[in-house]
Amino acid sequence: MTSLLEPPNQVSPDAPRPLVGGERPPGFIADRAFRIVAVAAGVLVLLVLALIVYATVSKSADWFSSEGVGGVLSTTWEPSTGHFGAGALILMTLIVAAVALVIAVPISIGIALFVTEIAPRRARLPIVFVIDLLAAIPSVVFGLWMLRQLAGPLADVYGSVHDAVGGVPLLGDLFGDPSASGLALMTAGLVVGIMITPIITAITREIFATTPVAQKEATLAMGATRWEMIRGAMFPHARSGVVAAVIIGFGRAVGETIAVALVVGSSQKLSANLLGPGDTMAGIIANQFGEAAGVQRSALIGLGVVLLVLTIVVGAFARWVIRRSNRRMGLAA
Amino acid sequence: MSAVPTTVAAPGASILRPRRGTGARRFRSGLATTLIVLAFVVALVPLVAVVWYVTKQGLKVFSWTFLTTDLPFSTRSVEGGMGPAVVGTIVITLGATAMAVPLGVLGGIYLNEYGGRSRFASLVRFLSEVLTGVPSIVMGLFVYTFWVLRVKEQTGFAGALALACLMLPVVIRTSEEMLRLVPHELREGSLALGSRQSRTIRTVVLPHAAPGIVSGSLLAVARAAGETAPLLFTIGAIQTANWSLFSGTNTALSTQIFGNANSPFLPAQDRAFGAAFTLILIVFVATALARVVTILYTRRTSGAS
Repeated sequence: MTSLLEPPNQVSPDAPRPLVGGERPPGFIADRAFRIVAVAAGVLVLLVLALIVYATVSKSADWFSSEGVGGVLSTTWEPSTGHFGAGALILMTLIVAAVALVIAVPISIGIALFVTEIAPRRARLPIVFVIDLLAAIPSVVFGLWMLRQLAGPLADVYGSVHDAVGGVPLLGDLFGDPSASGLALMTAGLVVGIMITPIITAITREIFATTPVAQKEATLAMGATRWEMIRGAMFPHARSGVVAAVIIGFGRAVGETIAVALVVGSSQKLSANLLGPGDTMAGIIANQFGEAAGVQRSALIGLGVVLLVLTIVVGAFARWVIRRSNRRMGLAA
Repeated sequence: MSAVPTTVAAPGASILRPRRGTGARRFRSGLATTLIVLAFVVALVPLVAVVWYVTKQGLKVFSWTFLTTDLPFSTRSVEGGMGPAVVGTIVITLGATAMAVPLGVLGGIYLNEYGGRSRFASLVRFLSEVLTGVPSIVMGLFVYTFWVLRVKEQTGFAGALALACLMLPVVIRTSEEMLRLVPHELREGSLALGSRQSRTIRTVVLPHAAPGIVSGSLLAVARAAGETAPLLFTIGAIQTANWSLFSGTNTALSTQIFGNANSPFLPAQDRAFGAAFTLILIVFVATALARVVTILYTRRTSGAS
């Protein structure tokens, strides 16, 4: 008769099977695997950056060892005599970046204020889209346009600028003999300025947009004009954010390559004459690496290392500025 | 935006209409406003000028034949097109996308879903920011020294590798931002129904964030398609179309523009403008597509809530 009795603890075949000691629940392994893959993707960033540093530093070791510190920092870059000093290139890179910032920063702040304060609300998104289009145009296209359409007319402009201020002591050095082709540090600075405008605009716009509405309204309620409101309520709030935007723009300007390579004039002689030809670190790599060999090749990779270090330092500095201002605002709020 | 009482006009609207200040103060404010508007107009000038000039010059040679014919053997030649460069740009950009987008999305998933505010996640976030700032020419040098010297061959794949390194941090950042926008209730609901975290991420979180990630990735692809510096030393040169990513040298629109820009021969310059026009077309279409995805996405979510 016992055979008719149902087993007391029979379970339907669909119900979860109890786990035997040490067995993993279903889906456990897939879950872990997915997590590991995701973490690995995070580690990849670390790996790529480490490999960039390792690969470029090790291939430029020849340059550092054959030239020494003095040779590396010297201002003579002459492949014909075997001198590869980065000094002049570093300085002229900074000059081009400075020209670019002088052009881009006021315009970017202007656009950011235009978008946040003046443009009608409906027009804001389209305006942002248009400025982003400027960032979408490839560097090489800007370079081609500058070279083929603007360099000629710019040479004439440079000529008259030189005639106007060439005699003035300090300005005369900055605006010396103009290059006949229009290829000059100034031309490079101009095209880089155009190209870094969207990024500086995007960052300053975000900062301006975070100005507390109450502060703006309080300023206006006391009878301030729009400009007084911008100066009194928005600028103090945005100061460190704008500084960070400028630093990030500087980092981009230093690394801009192709457009600069096309219009800077490719002269490695140290010169602060904005109207004359020069060269930058990124530009010379693009123009000379293809035909370079031996120490020259390793020197060009070395310039890449200098660029890399510069951009990393600049990036870390910008981050520090942002973090410090965040902390200060956190305390104030 | 924060809540503004309805009786008060939104900032920037009619609250600014009444006459404020007198004399010098009003003049100064008006001057500042003019300068601000002027800044926007000034920024439009290069955008319009470059698009107009490149279109004008590019249309001289642009045609279906131009897009499909092999490069001429002599740069002086009037004949020949950009076919191999179009092929190269497509193959290399797709290769870079296939590497950077899945890995970037996974990186974003790690940062937002697993890492959170942990020390290691913060480190990855910082390094990914640093990677965004690495100049594209340095990326080219890196792939040259690390990959091309090792396999002793310039290929489309080497170029794709360099572009992928440039795209990776951008995709990671976009993915993280888009994942952060996914409401917590969705995750909790799925977990409460017994889904494991990986299943929750795959079936609930990712689909919700997908449009934003697609749009951000498209922008990254558009930027990558226009890059020149990472390809200069990595892909080599070729006269005929090469659809293979892994064997043989390749060429791209951007490197062709760079190579022909300084040419003293007018036909070569014309080809450079034709290539530039093609490149702008590709980049703008991808950017517009990204915008369309965003617009459709915002409409859908605002309708649902």
